[in-house]
Amino acid sequence: MTATVLDVLQTVKDPEIDSISIVDLGMVNRIHHHENALMIELLPTFVGCPALDIIKGNVEKVCRDQLGIQSVQVQFVYSPPWTSDRLTETGRERLKEFGIAPPPEHFTGEEDWEIHCPYCDSPYTSMENLFGPTACRSILYCKQCRNPFEAMKPISTMM
Amino acid sequence: MKVKNPNDIPNGDYKEALLSLLYQLADDDFILAYRGSEWLGLAPHIEEDVAFSSINQDTMGHATMFYQLLEELGEGDQDHLAHGRKASERRNAILLEEVNGSGHYLQEPRYDWAFAVVRHYFYSVAKKVRIDSLKNSSYEPLAEMAIKINTELYYHLLHWKTWFIQLMNAGGEARERMNKAIERVLKEFQGVLTLGPMGKEMSLMALIEGEESLTKRWELALQPVFQSTQLSFPPNVSMKKGNGRLGEHTPELDTALSTLSEVYNTNPAASW
Repeated sequence: MTATVLDVLQTVKDPEIDSISIVDLGMVNRIHHHENALMIELLPTFVGCPALDIIKGNVEKVCRDQLGIQSVQVQFVYSPPWTSDRLTETGRERLKEFGIAPPPEHFTGEEDWEIHCPYCDSPYTSMENLFGPTACRSILYCKQCRNPFEAMKPISTMM
Repeated sequence: MKVKNPNDIPNGDYKEALLSLLYQLADDDFILAYRGSEWLGLAPHIEEDVAFSSINQDTMGHATMFYQLLEELGEGDQDHLAHGRKASERRNAILLEEVNGSGHYLQEPRYDWAFAVVRHYFYSVAKKVRIDSLKNSSYEPLAEMAIKINTELYYHLLHWKTWFIQLMNAGGEARERMNKAIERVLKEFQGVLTLGPMGKEMSLMALIEGEESLTKRWELALQPVFQSTQLSFPPNVSMKKGNGRLGEHTPELDTALSTLSEVYNTNPAASW
């Protein structure tokens, strides 16, 4: 059953980055299934993210519509905290397709954050604003292909 | 001792100290996020508008997490806790409720950017010290939240530290206005650092470390920045206008609450 639920959750996209699913973002923590009731634990990427309520509603709807389960409960939990290394390999590719550089796979906060352009893969990029249009993104510029782009902020518990 | 959830709370004293701490954490973040949001469209440049909005959004999210813990402890609905409480019931530090400057958001806002930078920077450093301590809190739901909040706070600190150092080293009017803002912020900053009348109980129950060691660590965290910007160290803090932890506040809080709770007060069931 869990695998079926995960398949269905693959169709729930981030409302602000519609190329990536909440599964590939690493937001799905646990799925409890008991008779005709489903409980899904999600990890918020950033806690003040206004997309959370939309995601919750979309998850409930898709589980009712596609799995025929009437009792669907979605809960946001903070433990374990969402960190950017939870992104799947597919998720990282989907971000690039959307023009967003994925975060480094391992980040402690001590090292420099080297960001490659999602279009031409050049490391010759500059940070325009650490903060971007959503809490999880930064704004950059590629000096190689001259495209502006965004990057997903690295989030690690070691920061 | 570890307390895993509201049902495990050992006694009334523990609960009272925990509630007192959570109200301070929630109310501090809530009112400062509101003051920050009043800068929207007025920040020095468009990138700052974007950055500051993200920071306020995060900070409001943190307040929500603390109100959620209070709700789980039986203190009532979190929307009510955020919007429905009178000024006298709030436990935020007075510094954080102070207006951004003279004028009004819609008419002639003469907001003081130096004050914003200093207030947010010093507060972020103090919050970082508290959050680091809360990661080891005996109340596990709070410790878990602290780990989450810390990942976001990292970026806030980086942001305000950059502004602080650059304006301090810019010389001229920038330096003068920053010096004035520092003096103003330090006059009330003890109000942020104090844990209020239940402070001793909080550290006895291992909810958070004691006020003295937290204050010391706040100073130490500022030391390298103070030295690199030729500021005298240690900072001399006081609390002139009153102690927000005791429910003492200025009329500026009343005005802020009536504005930010307008929708809630019109219809508490409205979603927005």
